[in-house]
Amino acid sequence: MTLTRAMARAEAARLRDAFAAAGAHPVETPILQPAATLLDLYGEDIRARAYVTQDPLRGEQMLRPDFTVPVVQMHMEGGAEPARYTYAGEVFRRQEDDPERASEYLQVGFEIFDRADPAGAEAEVFARISDLVQPLGLRAATGDIGVLTAALQGLETSDRRRAALMRHIWRPRRFRALMERFAGKAPVPPARAALLAAEDPMAGCAPLIGLRGPDEIASRIDALREDAETPPLSAAQVQLIDAILSVRETLPNALEHLRDIAVDLAALQPSVDRIEARAEALANRGVDVESLDFEASYGRTSMEYYDGFVFGFYAPARPDLPPVASGGRYDALTRRLGGGRAIPAVGGVIRPGLVLEMGGAA
Amino acid sequence: MTLKLGVPSKGRLMEKTFEWFGARGVTLSRTGSEREYAGAVDGVEGMQLVLLSAGEIPRELAAGRIHLGVTGTDLIQEKLSQWDQRVEPLAELGFGHADLIIAVPACWVDVDTLDDLDAAAAAFRARHGFRMRIATKYHRLVREFLRDNGVADYQLVDSQGATEGTVANLTAEAVADITSTGETLRANHLKILSDGMVLQSQATLFRARRAELSDAERATLKALIETLGIGD
Repeated sequence: MTLTRAMARAEAARLRDAFAAAGAHPVETPILQPAATLLDLYGEDIRARAYVTQDPLRGEQMLRPDFTVPVVQMHMEGGAEPARYTYAGEVFRRQEDDPERASEYLQVGFEIFDRADPAGAEAEVFARISDLVQPLGLRAATGDIGVLTAALQGLETSDRRRAALMRHIWRPRRFRALMERFAGKAPVPPARAALLAAEDPMAGCAPLIGLRGPDEIASRIDALREDAETPPLSAAQVQLIDAILSVRETLPNALEHLRDIAVDLAALQPSVDRIEARAEALANRGVDVESLDFEASYGRTSMEYYDGFVFGFYAPARPDLPPVASGGRYDALTRRLGGGRAIPAVGGVIRPGLVLEMGGAA
Repeated sequence: MTLKLGVPSKGRLMEKTFEWFGARGVTLSRTGSEREYAGAVDGVEGMQLVLLSAGEIPRELAAGRIHLGVTGTDLIQEKLSQWDQRVEPLAELGFGHADLIIAVPACWVDVDTLDDLDAAAAAFRARHGFRMRIATKYHRLVREFLRDNGVADYQLVDSQGATEGTVANLTAEAVADITSTGETLRANHLKILSDGMVLQSQATLFRARRAELSDAERATLKALIETLGIGD
């Protein structure tokens, strides 16, 4: 049977109605989004993933690459509290590398903005999406970005080093390189050594040009000097981070493992408590937590705005397909878009086209 | 019916290409008036010369409208995604050497590597409220290079010419541009990052993988490769 657009649309409506029946308010967002907001959030990489267009009046616009950003903006501009939303519509993704991937497809989403019970809200989003897609026999992957950020906050090193690591959580290769340098394992580049040894690094330098001023250069040199005097990260601390990043087992075993690590790294404890509360809330919603996978480094490469719980549902027999559903917590995004205000928020999306492709109901 | 060879339509690149083919027994020439973009191929039967802007040759190869084309590796890789599945390099021609590099003001004594650039970009964004600007016309290549090397907090600004001047003009903080000797960079008080080599490019003869060939065209291609002595 050929899958038609009308069938995908009908499936999208069915899924959205299911979220609406759970009390979510249906919302719409414009397809054209101001490019500046998305560029500021995601950086230049978004240009590789989203279609950019423009007109002389509004300037650069992007074809909506997801709903989360406009829905958060809409909520922060005066949504009631607490709130829950659902939506269904096309998103557009530029494809540069894989001609098999769709550049235009439907997404149905469910988002909860609620201060009262974060673990409960996470469990609800996961369980409702799971109920809708689980008949397809998918594998659920879960993780929590909050574990790594908590561990970094507890790292015994300078504020600058902690901030540098935090900044590159989503770029695992750069993160690894920074860890090695901070642990004193990577050699100091010769140019850096010469700079630090120089009495007056600015002496005899080329004419100053550009917007980055001499004060900025001087303050970076100060930062480099401070860094050179910072003692290396201890091997024990590096091992703790490695141990956390390699946690990949069923949720109960992962919890056990993380509790052990928290004995040596007290800063980890609140995030472990959080996972425990979530596991309980998931169990209360009928999720089989005993066999649920938990991977501490899940979601580090592709989901830059998630900062806590993350999840995805994958077709085990179709490794070529992207996740059929995915989501997570994005408290920091509400702060970035909220102009000083913030609210705990969690949500997820389902791709109705993939549900049908997997033989799901319409 | 005929095997189409696309060659840059003007300047040194065209002359050098003509010389390279001529030295190997295939004479390329312009026909008609000085201003007419028509050409002829002597030395191999069944070929047609198509004179094109070097920047359009990648697109024409990808579409299969020409079977062979001479252009820079930089243009192929910038303009074609999955370029290696669309074209096959047959021979490097040994001229048109150009490096795509990342350069910053020479007075930035604290910035020597991409790692430094990333740290400087983070501080710059915190100070100025916008991402550090890198001027270039090679958006895709530079973006992929910076992503692979974990550089964040930058933005690319488009510059189609006089890119080295953008820093002094305060429209960019750094540049990513083609250089052959580095002379223009030095004159504009810029320096190349020690690990800032994005791509080393030279004029190259490419074959379009997706262009369909008749038996006659296939025979012509074989004859050309033999005459040029570039078979492996």
